Amino acid sequence: MNFEGYDTQGFYDELIGEDGQPRKEALPLIERINALPCKDLRRRQKAAEHALHQQGITFSVYGDKKGTEKIMPFDILPRIVTAKEWDVLEKGLKQRIRALNLFIDDIYNGQQILKDKVIPRDLVLSSECYLEQCRGLSPPKKIWIHVTGTDLVRAGDGEFYVLEDNLRCPSGISYVLQNRTIQKRTLPIVFQAMRTRPVSDYGDHLYETLRHAAPKGVENPTVIVLTPGIYNSAYYEHSFLAQQMGVPLAQGSDLTIIDDQVMLRTTRGFEKVDVIYRRIDDNFLDPEVFNKGSMLGVPGIMECFRKGTVALANAPGTGIADDKAIYAYVPQIIKYYLDEEPIIKNVPTYICEDQKDRDYTLANLDKLVVKAVNLSGGYGMLIGPVSTEAERKEFAKKIQENPRDYIAQPTLALSRTPTIVGDRIEGRHVDFRPYILYGKSIFVLPGGLTRVALTKGSLVVNSSQGGGSKDTWVLGDSPITMEVDLDA
Amino acid sequence: MLSRVANSIYWMSRYLERADNVARFIDVNARLILDVGWERETAQWEPLVRASGDEADFAARYSEYSEKKVVHFLTFDEENPNSIISCIHAARENARTVREIISSEMWEAINALYHLVDKHSRKRKVDDLQSFYISVDHTNHLFAGMMENTMSHGEGWHFARAGKMLERADKTARMLDVKYFLLLPTPDYFDSPYDTVEWGAVLKSVSGFEVYCKRYHRANYRHVTQFLVLDEYFARSIRYCVRTAARSVADISKMLEITVPVTDEFARLEKMLDEADNEVILNKGLHEFVDAFQFNLNVIDQSLYQSFFALEKK
Repeated sequence: MNFEGYDTQGFYDELIGEDGQPRKEALPLIERINALPCKDLRRRQKAAEHALHQQGITFSVYGDKKGTEKIMPFDILPRIVTAKEWDVLEKGLKQRIRALNLFIDDIYNGQQILKDKVIPRDLVLSSECYLEQCRGLSPPKKIWIHVTGTDLVRAGDGEFYVLEDNLRCPSGISYVLQNRTIQKRTLPIVFQAMRTRPVSDYGDHLYETLRHAAPKGVENPTVIVLTPGIYNSAYYEHSFLAQQMGVPLAQGSDLTIIDDQVMLRTTRGFEKVDVIYRRIDDNFLDPEVFNKGSMLGVPGIMECFRKGTVALANAPGTGIADDKAIYAYVPQIIKYYLDEEPIIKNVPTYICEDQKDRDYTLANLDKLVVKAVNLSGGYGMLIGPVSTEAERKEFAKKIQENPRDYIAQPTLALSRTPTIVGDRIEGRHVDFRPYILYGKSIFVLPGGLTRVALTKGSLVVNSSQGGGSKDTWVLGDSPITMEVDLDA
Repeated sequence: MLSRVANSIYWMSRYLERADNVARFIDVNARLILDVGWERETAQWEPLVRASGDEADFAARYSEYSEKKVVHFLTFDEENPNSIISCIHAARENARTVREIISSEMWEAINALYHLVDKHSRKRKVDDLQSFYISVDHTNHLFAGMMENTMSHGEGWHFARAGKMLERADKTARMLDVKYFLLLPTPDYFDSPYDTVEWGAVLKSVSGFEVYCKRYHRANYRHVTQFLVLDEYFARSIRYCVRTAARSVADISKMLEITVPVTDEFARLEKMLDEADNEVILNKGLHEFVDAFQFNLNVIDQSLYQSFFALEKK
């Protein structure tokens, strides 16, 4: 199996240039693959899948009766981000997170940006993700979004665009780390030769970020991870992160509140908790304040948060900046708070709440991607060019009934990257999710999750909808081409 | 350590031990049938169900005590909470909730077992399942070794060991009891060749045959009960298991610097075993002894729960 006969079919390809030749930075990788004996790549691919299966690195698919756990398919051909590209992305992501954090803090406090009419007040206050309960709140050090996993895509023009900000409970980082572990075993020589930057210290960075989030005056905070439990689709990741940081993994029932302090039920008795990396959505966090029926959360935890006895990461209410209609205003938000031009572009977005945008959307449903403003994971989405008449009708009706709930974007020609498909290498569409931590400073992990739509022609990369993943190699700043040892 | 985590480690360990015991139990019984020369059709499968204590559940859902039905009930019946498959699923479910506490090696061993049971779950006959039963047994040994060598011997390790030992004590008691169900002993049957073979099988089902032979040479019910109930050094004797579990619980209390009621329950049970006399046990009836012992085990299990797992606000 090699790159002979590989065709980019006019899409931007991550490894192969427009001329059909390997991109300069990807050359060592491609030469290595081409030099492998015919069945070797297939064997390495199988070994990687077997390892994932053995380790039980799985996720649950809601509504799937066949089995609650699946492995995320892993493709051993890595995706490459060059040092130059990464420099821009890193700067751009830092800029974006800084601005969005200021925006959230402003919305829940002075609302200056609304007073200055940069964003329509109604659009913000009508968002389902706006939490009135957070008004007047200021988390320690005014950091709201400690962990972000921004979804980027590269379009046909070769530029990266931000698709979604994911400021609530972004998942997937465990796959980044596990994919890397397996990848290093799969293609060790070329991995080293290309000076791929490390990601394995994410746990340290996360732990430091969470310690930094501690309430004022707490010298040596007790940090925990809060999970909805083993039936949550990302449970594996929750336990993995707790393990990486060496902190307890708790469920709602493990916590109770005594004298306005969140306590952990331990064999020794009750122990005080200072920082909670919660992987439970806002709505389920506190049945006293939000969803009354929630069995997952901790009654009274919001009151503790308000009183500042416990820190929550991310802080509740960050979803406001994650609303897909508000997303459209992020360029203005960056300009407003930082007085800078956005370094990474937004995808043009039509806000269905707006009459003109709505008319355009309804008239062009067959060309656009329509998304529900508060859903993620590929749910509640219409991809115009591959939709049926009936689906378009259904969405038109939904949009007219609840215009605030929908936005539309042009269907992007997502970039593709070489992927093993059976006994061949073919191009498949990918996106890219880097992870950003906001602690003492803003840290962007040099790597991230590359999700790949394994179905031919498909643009949906979500693991819940048949997507797989790849390791992402962010190359060091002076890539060197080495003689590749063909026998290794 | 979180109370829930302690509880999960305890049950993970118990369920694994239970799966292992059921597997060995079926395997040995299958071989016993060959030794005794029973006809396949009329062979005694009922005692296996009776010894598991689930005869009511079995009777409600199955028509007869045939090999196929009993093997299915004890191995792959997901409605039977004590079948091997249910125990492995429960062990894995518990392991999954404490995955960050146990070592990756331990998790992978349990996970492998989970995949193994699925792979075999369409087989129906004991002969086809022998390798499976052996694998369950081997995985349990592997797991024990990993636990020994890759996990910190702190609180969690002690909860796992306590769970394992209490489960094992319970199962050894049940194995002894299977003889009670297997036949109603008449004096002339004692020490007959069949009797020897059957006691031999009981010893094998707790992996005790070789250790026993070194000491007593011949299978004889007096010695077998002496060995399985009261032996101080055999790793599956009731006395050894209770003592080891008690030590673990004592160590946990010491680490946590707390006193817990379960310590007293253990002391009581240990005293009972220390003072027990084999002749007295046999005269009063082994079955009655086993019953009383299991009652005491349940008291300890409840007390453990109260002592460590169920923390209430004052």
